[in-house]
Amino acid sequence: MGKGMVVIDVDRCKGCGLCVHVCPVGILALSPDTFNAKGYHPVIVTDMEKCTGCASCATICPDVVFTVYRKKRQPRAVPVPA
Amino acid sequence: MTVAVKIPEDMELIYEYPEAMTTTYTHYCPGCPHGIVHRLVAEVIDELGIREKCIGVAPVGCSVMIYKYLNVDFVEAAHGRAPAMATGLKRTNPDKIVFTYQGDGDIAAIGIAEALHAANRGELISTVFINNAIYGMTGGQMAPTTLPGMVTTSTPFGRDVRLAGYPVPMSELLAQVEGAVYVTRQMATDLVSIRKTKKAIKRAFMVQLAGLGYSSVEVLSSCSTNWNMGPWEALEWVKEKMIPYFPLGTFKMTDEVKALKVK
Ligand SMILES: Cc1ncc(C[n+]2csc(CCOP(=O)(O)OP(=O)(O)O)c2C)c(N)n1
Ligand code: SF4
Ligand code: SF4
Repeated sequence: MGKGMVVIDVDRCKGCGLCVHVCPVGILALSPDTFNAKGYHPVIVTDMEKCTGCASCATICPDVVFTVYRKKRQPRAVPVPA
Repeated sequence: MTVAVKIPEDMELIYEYPEAMTTTYTHYCPGCPHGIVHRLVAEVIDELGIREKCIGVAPVGCSVMIYKYLNVDFVEAAHGRAPAMATGLKRTNPDKIVFTYQGDGDIAAIGIAEALHAANRGELISTVFINNAIYGMTGGQMAPTTLPGMVTTSTPFGRDVRLAGYPVPMSELLAQVEGAVYVTRQMATDLVSIRKTKKAIKRAFMVQLAGLGYSSVEVLSSCSTNWNMGPWEALEWVKEKMIPYFPLGTFKMTDEVKALKVK
């Protein structure tokens, strides 16, 4: 699992493609060969490993399709003085 | 359809569906910024913890059914009359947060009197309105905000300013009156502008919570269906073509409003 991940509510998607334009790592695409219940080609994630959990997709999506998760920040290791 | 997904334990939630939105699917066209702005209003309501105190007033226009999508109390006003209805609601329920959500046709044509007078009286209400330069719901006719030369279904040869005048600068007009304390124009076309719009909506609601006066946020938007463009192309068009007539900015912000800490 990469730094982030998104959960997609497939049937809310209207295939507008706005998220595809703003994803900084380019892992979103519109499904070329499947339809959702509304009849649109819904968004798919091509490589979840690359997701950074930046929530850009959730920021632009007009249909609130995305739930976004990101790896918890690990507390930075403090060097132990010798 | 929601699929149960296992979330690894080392992951934390960054973005989730706002509580102030219902799960009803919206009727908006794909990529319509009405959806984005509904979500921003919902996020602001959640962050301010005022969901139980809010009363929205819905307009006539594409967002006529916003009452089905936001999980707060709502009433539906006649075309353009949302600020008048909001006035009555706020005066009789001063402890509630009352806001109108309108379109440019609703606020700048048939409802311009109600909006300007509510602002002039300094009603303690907030207005969020979408400017997509057109009457969306009725099929893309010219609105007061249509750009000069812009082709619409009722101006097939482009808006002729000698016959139909120039775009009505609603925010600039609202900023002129004494009762308005916060008037701003934002847009919802890219990540940065969407975040700024959210901050502006939050400030407008906080103005009301603090009882400072009338507040209004105009949001430049697209209408890809009636502009005959793809959703992304339409957002680019907003930046390129609308901003010269509708410059972004805050036209009125009193010192008290400036002092509000908006996170
Ligand atoms: C009294 C009255 N006059 C006219 C109409 C027809 N009408 C419905 S929506 C609309 C324009 C809405 O445009 P706008 O406010 O820009 O919202 P949009 O649909 O673009 O979001 C008009 C003229 C009406 N419903 N009621
Ligand atoms: S922005 Fe939302 S509705 Fe549009 S394609 Fe992406 S997930 Fe679907
Ligand atoms: S007609 Fe225009 S304003 Fe109305 S939902 Fe479609 S894109 Fe949005």
